[in-house]
Amino acid sequence: MQIQPILAALRHHRTAAFLIGMEIALACAILCNALFMITSRLDMMRVDSGVDESRLVAVWLEGVDDSSATDLAARLRAGFAGLAGVDSVGVGNAVPFTQRTGEMGFRLVADDMHYNQQGHFYVGGPRFAATLGLKLASGRWFRPDEYGAIAEFLPRSPSAMVDAAYAKKLWPGQDPLGKMVYSGTDGYRVIGTYASLVRPDPYPQAQHNTLLLAGTPGNGLASVYVLRTTPEQAARVWNDARALVTRIAPTVVIDPVHSGPMTDLRRAYFAADRAMAGLLVGVIVALLGVTALGIVGLASFWVQQRRRQIGVRRALGATRRDILRYFQTENFLIVSGGIVLGMVLAFGLNLVLMQHYELPRLPLYYLPIGALLLWVLGQLAVLGPALRAAAVPPVVATRSV
Amino acid sequence: MFGYYLDLALHSLKRNKALTALMVLAIALGIGASMTTLTVLHVLSGDPLPGRSGTLYYPQVDARDDSGIMSGKEPPPQLTEIDGFNLLHAKRADRQALMTGGAVPIQPDSAALDPFYVEARYTTADFFAMFGAPFRYGRGWNAADDEAKARDVVIGSELNERLFGGANSVGRTLRMADSLFRIVGVLGDWAPSPHFYDLNTGSYGYAEQVFIPLQTMLDLHLEHNGSTDCWGNGTGGVGTIYPAPSCVWMQFWVQLDTPAKAADYKEFLVHYSEQQKALGRFVKVPNVRLRNLMQWLAYQQVVPDDVRLQAGLAFGFLLVCLVNTVGLMLAKFLRRANELSVRRALGASRRALFAQLLIESGVVGLTGGMGGLLLALLGLWVVRQRPSDYAALAHLDPVMLLTTFLLALGASLLAGLLPAWRACQITPALQLKSN
Repeated sequence: MQIQPILAALRHHRTAAFLIGMEIALACAILCNALFMITSRLDMMRVDSGVDESRLVAVWLEGVDDSSATDLAARLRAGFAGLAGVDSVGVGNAVPFTQRTGEMGFRLVADDMHYNQQGHFYVGGPRFAATLGLKLASGRWFRPDEYGAIAEFLPRSPSAMVDAAYAKKLWPGQDPLGKMVYSGTDGYRVIGTYASLVRPDPYPQAQHNTLLLAGTPGNGLASVYVLRTTPEQAARVWNDARALVTRIAPTVVIDPVHSGPMTDLRRAYFAADRAMAGLLVGVIVALLGVTALGIVGLASFWVQQRRRQIGVRRALGATRRDILRYFQTENFLIVSGGIVLGMVLAFGLNLVLMQHYELPRLPLYYLPIGALLLWVLGQLAVLGPALRAAAVPPVVATRSV
Repeated sequence: MFGYYLDLALHSLKRNKALTALMVLAIALGIGASMTTLTVLHVLSGDPLPGRSGTLYYPQVDARDDSGIMSGKEPPPQLTEIDGFNLLHAKRADRQALMTGGAVPIQPDSAALDPFYVEARYTTADFFAMFGAPFRYGRGWNAADDEAKARDVVIGSELNERLFGGANSVGRTLRMADSLFRIVGVLGDWAPSPHFYDLNTGSYGYAEQVFIPLQTMLDLHLEHNGSTDCWGNGTGGVGTIYPAPSCVWMQFWVQLDTPAKAADYKEFLVHYSEQQKALGRFVKVPNVRLRNLMQWLAYQQVVPDDVRLQAGLAFGFLLVCLVNTVGLMLAKFLRRANELSVRRALGASRRALFAQLLIESGVVGLTGGMGGLLLALLGLWVVRQRPSDYAALAHLDPVMLLTTFLLALGASLLAGLLPAWRACQITPALQLKSN
């Protein structure tokens, strides 16, 4: 197949060819960025929580923290532990997929005035880590004598645990065990790292910057409970737990948004991301559909316009396959031109998005994916008109008009 | 002439139904998507207090020391309790109100109702007059009540409906958080959206049902909710009742009726900062801001990123649809080269042909716009079904209706320009000869 004659013919349809090329270029730019945004959202939704979500039920209470909290916390813990199917009960200041409660600046050097680091401090009672199902990565868990009462927001306790990946960032190339973390006037020595624990409100820029401190349940640590059960019983345990709270603590109110089986909490937390991903898929489908229809429309017009020429070529010995190939190659050339321009546009668009929406840089491999999609789309769209062109009989050449 | 061209346009559009349908569909899809997202954007970035917002300002001063992670050149987005009360008591503005948010338990007298929590706003006397909150019954409290820590409460219409069946409840008592309050006023339906005066509690679809004097709240130790940012070593929390002096957790709004007063007030803020620095409370050189309501909303980027992203995406899509339509229109017009050259040969000017073709593209645009409107209504219905706090607000208003049609007409005329111009370049004689 010679490309030269096709290019020569295209020169007569500069405007139309340019328009299809532009459409492909715009589609390519939007497509690459939309695909990238979809995968970023999906990645976010797949974030590793580090806890046994399907086994957990969270109960977040309001109106607990006051002088009666110690007594109330004890009664609630005993009540929850007595529910059928509950293996273990933990008290904390937050659980994954709810809201931040311990976001705080901290320092790694005692006499540094500046709080250079920022992370989420989970505070948990004695069975908090075990109930969540955290895995030890190095060091050890808290000893019973390390739990302290809450003062302001954090417990008076000598020790801290850190997310293993986060510890690598805080102390690159060093063993985190024995290192110090300072917040306010308190210093905490790192005694162990856990494999993974997501922050309560993961977002693209921060997911696992968490620390865990040991707190004694009571005033300041009596509002958030996590119950461990089996995946099958989670829904029932949640219902029972709700009934229990109304019975033994009538003055307390359950926060409905941040309570429930953790699989539900996760689904609700990412509802907006899921909706946005769905919308992006819709835009891509509509975009490709419109582009395909545009190609079909213009290609049909060209076929009709060139019926005589096609007839002449057929009469001079061109096979149907030659005609088909001609239109397919023509389409390939136009789409390729569009893709080249589209890749530049895709990067430009990504730069704009990076400035306004804190999006990361578009990885290069999205470009060939977008290009491939558009090539396939172009070939599929042009197939119908090209087949019609191939069906033009040679006898057309002998007719006038 | 217009009627005749319209006739011609309709005739020609009918002759090639598939191509016409394709163009109308493309425009309708593009317009539908753009209008859906644009309407959401329009609703979310709207003025919560039309007519008043121009004179409402949000003063900021910078009380931070040099430590802490709250970096950046901008002063903190809220005030410390000390600065809040200092500025309130200075009374340098036409009206001013200091406030923060929270939740209080309502303990109804009637045994039929269980206690429940409602969102509360703790504020000062000018709040209602300054924001133009409408009263159904009674009125707000006054500055003397503020200082006296009066047990006064203004309730919202929803709570009044729930507790008193909508009757005039002014003068009745209400038990909240184990204290007795006297109802002095009942608001009408009032829920400014976005919830501009405190964006920490959620920006849309949020309305407090209880308004209590701020000093009363501090006196009774009522529960505080919302954002608290601290620096230095004090944080507040368990063992302390409210955030420490080195924490910002209050919002302060002022009404300044003329730009000159606003300029004076800004100067006052600088002066105040210098004075506080001299006293040793402030460390930094005076760093103040005085944004009006709309500037404050823009600075706080109250419109969700996703919504702006969607609008951008939809317009990108519209652009692709338009390029598509230009291509199809070009094909359509060029196919009629014969007809056009005959008209040229019979004496029609290029201008006349151009007008005729533009009318044809206008017809396509209006039909597409109509389709786009239907799609936008459908799209907005879908938005309303989605789980977001602004979902209920997504409705088309007259402004956006008009915008839809202007956009559709403008877009299709723009799309028709190039094809019409190309088609008019036909040399009449050549075309006639070739046949």
